[in-house]
Amino acid sequence: MLELRGVTAGYGQFTALWGVSLRVSAGEAVAVVGPNGAGKTTLMRVISGLVSPREGDLTFEGQSLARLPAHEIVAHGIAHVPEGRRIFPMLTVADNLKMGAFLRSARRGYRDSLERVYTLFPALAERQKQRAGSLSGGEQQMLAIGRALMSRPKIILLDEPSMGLAPVMVLRLFDLIRRVREEGYTILVVEQNVRQILKLVDRAYLLEVGRIKMEGRADELSEQDFVRKAYVGL
Amino acid sequence: MIDPIFIAEAALNGILLGGVMALLALGLNLIFGVLDIVWIAYVELVMLCMYLVYFLVTGYGWPIWLGGLASVAFGAVLGVAVHLLIISPLLNSAAINQFLATGGLLFFLQSFATFLWTTDHRTVRLNLPIIEVAGMFLSFARLIAFVVAILAMIGLYLFLRHTFIGTAIRAVSQDRDAMRLMGANPQRVYVVTSAVGGAMAGLAGALLIIQYSVHPYFGAAFGPLTFMICVLGGLGNMVGAVVAAVIMSEIISVGGVMMSTEMGYVIAFVLFIVMMFARPGGILAKRE
Ligand SMILES: Nc1ncnc2c1ncn2[C@@H]1O[C@H](COP(=O)(O)OP(=O)(O)OP(=O)(O)O)[C@@H](O)[C@H]1O
Ligand SMILES: [Mg+2]
Repeated sequence: MLELRGVTAGYGQFTALWGVSLRVSAGEAVAVVGPNGAGKTTLMRVISGLVSPREGDLTFEGQSLARLPAHEIVAHGIAHVPEGRRIFPMLTVADNLKMGAFLRSARRGYRDSLERVYTLFPALAERQKQRAGSLSGGEQQMLAIGRALMSRPKIILLDEPSMGLAPVMVLRLFDLIRRVREEGYTILVVEQNVRQILKLVDRAYLLEVGRIKMEGRADELSEQDFVRKAYVGL
Repeated sequence: MIDPIFIAEAALNGILLGGVMALLALGLNLIFGVLDIVWIAYVELVMLCMYLVYFLVTGYGWPIWLGGLASVAFGAVLGVAVHLLIISPLLNSAAINQFLATGGLLFFLQSFATFLWTTDHRTVRLNLPIIEVAGMFLSFARLIAFVVAILAMIGLYLFLRHTFIGTAIRAVSQDRDAMRLMGANPQRVYVVTSAVGGAMAGLAGALLIIQYSVHPYFGAAFGPLTFMICVLGGLGNMVGAVVAAVIMSEIISVGGVMMSTEMGYVIAFVLFIVMMFARPGGILAKRE
């Protein structure tokens, strides 16, 4: 479904990704782990078009997306829940979700999508009229994920969804991600909680200083020194 | 001693003026809130729209309401043009450059208008009645301008609150990249914002030409007043702008009757300066 081949990307003179190749099949959940500064966020930003690749190709359902701007990539069915959530703090919860359905194709089914997101995250339904900035960290992350679902995507990119959350909240969040998965969404997730995320995904990649160092099925990887390696630099 | 009825009449006129000033301030504030740029030449755009209505109505015999609609459309086009030709190329450069560029536009428009139309004052004469309420005399034109301004502000509010693009206009100023991830092209949102801001200038122009005569230096009086209102209300703060517009208009109107029009302006400016020390974030800002 999603395939990156030899993607090199960076910021100005700086190169953050060196020839990264990665593949996610439909219905799969895949994790990317690695130490701080490895380039995980950059990888997500390349897929969603916020950073354009210098070399290599990026295809989604057979179409090349490498040269498209971010606002056109969403329309292909790729929703990116960015690092740090990036909700609109001054807007209400409902308005944040509305912005998730900004795409013309998503507006038609807006009411239905809203219903589904509220069913998935009842806490958001209770806080519809509240300013998003006043929510707790966990609720903000739910909102960020809910907002992504509003675009009716085929794949969801989650960048460190557990960042800054209390341990209890992290467990609840992973539970919610599992439920999102069961809804049939394909997921590509970046996480620092390696042990826990490996229980949730099918496959995983280890990214280190801009290069894929290891990849494989989650159940096999857990037994290797993968977990330890992912924490290098922490 | 001045007859209290004159003061009451001035107070009422102040509110009527406040409606139109609020419309002007909201247009400028909308642009600032979204793009973080002050269109120094905003009231010069209003001036151009006033000329348009003047020529359409007196030259071509258009009915005033049709001239007003044309003015709204023309204002929107001007707004988009200002954005695409001046603001957009400078979006990522220093604030001072944007300031100088729109300031340059101000002088350009003033001189150009003088060149084309001379410094003659031009007035649209509508035979609108003066109405008497409880011994006070009110101009019907002012009343209409006030009502239309209020309706336009309600319309703007509903647009920003309830439509997708209106909500996007509020969202894009909070997080431009996040908005791109929602599938919105920020550039397009900016163009729509500029069109709406320009349309408000166009509407204000139509409402002002039925009360005041237009000349190339029209902006010299209304421009500074509009900026003061925006700053006093808190830049980007919509409710604050409306409150500040009413306060400033009251001071000018009542002060004008009790002393002189010039004194009214002096008091308004002094209040502005004092308020800037007391509440730099605007009248509605919470104190630090
Ligand atoms: N906007 C930017 N401009 C310049 N360099 C950047 C920028 N963003 C990230 N970098 C650099 O690119 C490299 C990869 O950063 P990236 O954010 O992709 O890492 P990450 O794996 O997501 O790290 P973290 O675990 O801290 O989120 C880092 O060395 C970082 O300093
Ligand atoms: Mg990161």
